Amino acid sequence: MKFRSLILGALGVAVGITGIALSKAAYAAEQFIPMLVYRTGPYAPSGIPVANGFRDYYTLVNKRDGGINGVTVTFEECETKYDTKIGVECYEKLKGKGPTGASLFNPYSTGITYQLIPKASVDKVPILSMGYGRTSAADGRVFEWVFNFPMTYWSQASAFVKYVSRQEGGYDKLKGKNIVHVYHNSAYGKEANPTLVALAKRYGYKLTLLAVDHPGQEQKATWLQIRRLKPDWVFMSGWGVMNSVAIKEAAAINFPMDHFVGNWWSGTDADVIPAGQGSVGYKSTTFHSAGSGFPVHADIIKHVYGGDAAKAKENNIGEVLYNRGMVNAMFGIEAIRTAMGKYGNKSMTGEQVRWGLENLNVENARLQALGMKDFTRGVKVSCADHETGGSLRIQQWDGTKWKFVSQWLSPMRDIVRPMIEKDAAMFAKENKITPRSC
Amino acid sequence: MELLNILFVAPFVDITSSPVFFAEVVIGGLMTGVMYSLVALGFVLIFKASGVFNFAQGAMVLFAALTLVGLMERGVPIPLALAGTVLVMIALAMLIERMMLRHLVNQEGIILFMATIGLNFLLEGAGQIAWGSNVKVLDLGIPNQSFEVAGILLNQFDLFAAAIAAVMVTVLAVFFQKTTIGRALRAVADDHQAALSVGIPLKTIWVIVWSVAGIVALVAGIMWGAKSGVQFSLSLIALKALPVLILGGFTSVPGAIIGGLIIGVGEKIAEIYWGPAFGGAIEGWFAYMLALAFLMFRPQGLFGEKIIERV
Amino acid sequence: MFYRESGQFKTSYQKDQQVFPIAQDRIFIALLLVVAFAVVPFVADEYWLQAVIIPFLIFSLAAVGLNLLTGYAGQVSLGTGAFMAVGAYATYKITTAFPEINIVIVFLMSGMVAAGVGIVFGLPSLRIKGFYLAVATLAAQFFILWLFNKVGWFFNDSPSGTITAPPRTLFGIMISGPEATAEVRYFVSLTFLVVFTVIAKNIVRGRIGRSWMAIRDMDIAAEIIGIQPLKTKLMAFAISSFYCGLAGALSVFAWLGGAETEAFSIAISFQVLFMIIIGGLGSIMGSIMGAAFITLVPIFLTNMPAMFGIPMATDLSKHIEEIVFGGLIVFLLIVEPHGFARLWQIGKEKLRQWPFPY
Repeated sequence: MKFRSLILGALGVAVGITGIALSKAAYAAEQFIPMLVYRTGPYAPSGIPVANGFRDYYTLVNKRDGGINGVTVTFEECETKYDTKIGVECYEKLKGKGPTGASLFNPYSTGITYQLIPKASVDKVPILSMGYGRTSAADGRVFEWVFNFPMTYWSQASAFVKYVSRQEGGYDKLKGKNIVHVYHNSAYGKEANPTLVALAKRYGYKLTLLAVDHPGQEQKATWLQIRRLKPDWVFMSGWGVMNSVAIKEAAAINFPMDHFVGNWWSGTDADVIPAGQGSVGYKSTTFHSAGSGFPVHADIIKHVYGGDAAKAKENNIGEVLYNRGMVNAMFGIEAIRTAMGKYGNKSMTGEQVRWGLENLNVENARLQALGMKDFTRGVKVSCADHETGGSLRIQQWDGTKWKFVSQWLSPMRDIVRPMIEKDAAMFAKENKITPRSC
Repeated sequence: MELLNILFVAPFVDITSSPVFFAEVVIGGLMTGVMYSLVALGFVLIFKASGVFNFAQGAMVLFAALTLVGLMERGVPIPLALAGTVLVMIALAMLIERMMLRHLVNQEGIILFMATIGLNFLLEGAGQIAWGSNVKVLDLGIPNQSFEVAGILLNQFDLFAAAIAAVMVTVLAVFFQKTTIGRALRAVADDHQAALSVGIPLKTIWVIVWSVAGIVALVAGIMWGAKSGVQFSLSLIALKALPVLILGGFTSVPGAIIGGLIIGVGEKIAEIYWGPAFGGAIEGWFAYMLALAFLMFRPQGLFGEKIIERV
Repeated sequence: MFYRESGQFKTSYQKDQQVFPIAQDRIFIALLLVVAFAVVPFVADEYWLQAVIIPFLIFSLAAVGLNLLTGYAGQVSLGTGAFMAVGAYATYKITTAFPEINIVIVFLMSGMVAAGVGIVFGLPSLRIKGFYLAVATLAAQFFILWLFNKVGWFFNDSPSGTITAPPRTLFGIMISGPEATAEVRYFVSLTFLVVFTVIAKNIVRGRIGRSWMAIRDMDIAAEIIGIQPLKTKLMAFAISSFYCGLAGALSVFAWLGGAETEAFSIAISFQVLFMIIIGGLGSIMGSIMGAAFITLVPIFLTNMPAMFGIPMATDLSKHIEEIVFGGLIVFLLIVEPHGFARLWQIGKEKLRQWPFPY
């Protein structure tokens, strides 16, 4: 009896497998964009708003504009649980879908991005890791298929130092200041370290690096050290639950919150809300606005949610990471549009989208037309520079919403770019890549 | 020479030069240890009574906390929500006994362990379907103010947690040592079949013990959830309890507390005074190394029952 | 009717001792190998090879390794992930330092390195037993990953802190790096799995395997009959870690193409342990079936709603997948607590009488 049910089960599996192989159908003029999302698992509170931002923007493009120049955007979500291995499986599953294959991938995970970088050039699918992933991918001569505009972690760290110098009243005031970097003990968290170290040499501030292990629910040791060091500034590269715990612990040792700055993955609503009143005054970097007061949001409520603002709110509209997903989706769509400008209004292949990304030039006029004026800054990508000279702003949590507290701060490219080129050259040598000439 | 200095001289100089800070580190470690113990207790209860290393304890913490917050979000007042969650955990215990344990009587420990892994997946999936994966704020009005006593920073929340843990351990210890059910529990832990043969109702015992473990999970979920918000990561704190369990012994309630305190203090001191020598973030493995060092002298854990081997 | 050993006579000791004494078993295994080597790579597309079959093969290798330690020698280990990481990082270090060494030799050397590390962390097993022993391997798990994360030398000081599989060739064919085709990587993984499964099968039925089982069943008794616990336990740790190290090296070079320490986290250690429990402790075949269950079933469940054309939100389908997977584990254990290996045996018993059971 038991044995028979097992056989039947095996048969069921076999039938299912054949089913997968047969499910290929005909396509109309469609542009397929894969989505790697994490709506479950430890990082779901960050993953859900990002995924909703993407989904709503793509839907908006279809409903409001009738697609990209008449070509419908199709998209499919694949749940990764923020797990690199499942992410790779998702990539393999989605890369060939649609009439021309996947347009581009937005992995939203450092681990998955690193997996996809070597595969991208072979499979001819571009990767847009917007503000994360491998920093040295900014060198387009080595990393032809990877884009990380508008800014990288290294640029971000330099812009943070610039912000501190403005607050302190000049670069010469940095000398002798105490800065602590609290970071997620992973490839992602360590990214900012080399830049902060290099800048410490240049400006003479004292830098202390404190690592927090995944997942970061227990940070007493870190914050006791900070309590003793009494640093002038704390910079944090955190992710997920680590952020809210850090903010709570900072409040518990009475650290002045306005001297505590998170990077752009440590400054979303889900990070500050659990800490309650303790988080008031906490700052973070960002490269786009928070809130839902822009024309594009009005369009989303109107076209995607049929005017139901409460439902849109339920779907995280206006949250920092929702807006980030939206900005990212917008850049992807504009790149496809750029590619269509050259190759005609039909489904674009990965190679064509790559050309579009490399020649992407989103100006302020274009942003205004999209309802995103002053929402974020335009970018101009070039063959050698996949990062562009993007800049960031500092936002502060006032207990109910994020507010900007600085002007746009540009990174110190003179220090960051040589480091990027050095690392890219090392990668090229190790992997026998001949850099393009741009 | 430099190495010897930062390993064996500098930390001690550091400790003696600022005893107030050292006291603060020790207190911080004790408070953390209490939080670990809260999680470890759930493991100990179930291991003691059914010989199962319950891999799903972390998921139970998450499930309990999610249920509580979910009820509160729907406007249920706090006392009712707490009572409701306790009822849910009891129902869950009955379900587990009925669907799972009953069929696995007298199986080896590792098989039961594997079954709890299945349970772990079930609970994680079900909890998130019912209550969503977003982060939820848990505010039971536990104060979180810090104040200084003789230069040492104390936190009301930490003290509150310590008090809760103390009460829980006392109650559980009395329960296990002095009541009839407690004695029956210990008999079941020794041998399922022998306990059955002297007329101990195995099924009832299991339901009781899993219910109690569920309530302990709820308390752990409240304390940890108040720190970080209730979200999926809560299920990962089970990992933090592992060294505590091993050090304290799988079968000892006081062991879970003492083990937690030793691990808490040990890893904080290591991280703060020796961390710089190694480059930081040594807490994770240090806890295990510490437990390992203790086990070298007492292979059954600090308070575990003595292992007697016969050929 | 078809699966009977009656009429198969053994005329020499050698024949009596072969791995598969029944002719039908030999035919079955031969067919399986033919299918694996000659049919699968031409039928399966890139998705299947890259995302489903290669990870299955690599985890099978790790599971065989862990089963040698846990299933045969009775030592619980939760350090599989770390030993895999040792293999992966050692391969990376050796092959970037000496690119001219043949990659297969590098794999084997890395296995040796992992074996050495395994011996060090196996030492406490002489004193600590049972679940408590898990602490030693857990210490290995956390310490080794911390080391690889912290010390730049292990990842050639790359600022990203990750390792990438450089392109390497074997007999002029690219077998690692992004240019290597899925088919080639499949062949490499499969060959390693087959060769080392055969070796494992022979280890466990020989003197070493028997001494492991004696230690597992009662180490004091084993010591009395003249088995040295020190040598035997450490050998189990060494050989098991060698297998895990090899699996780790393959997982970076033949599957993922790059990794950070997170890829070898404690979750992997648990996963491999699940594989051998559900597959059957103390069974080589069971390890492979367990690996199949743990790696393939979730992928199958994920794709199921789409296959039947049921539109379902991504998160909901993932949660349902978890519930079904969890339920399946519990169900399987209730039906057969000793895992697939036992089911397999029962199946064979039934097959002897089929189709005329009495």
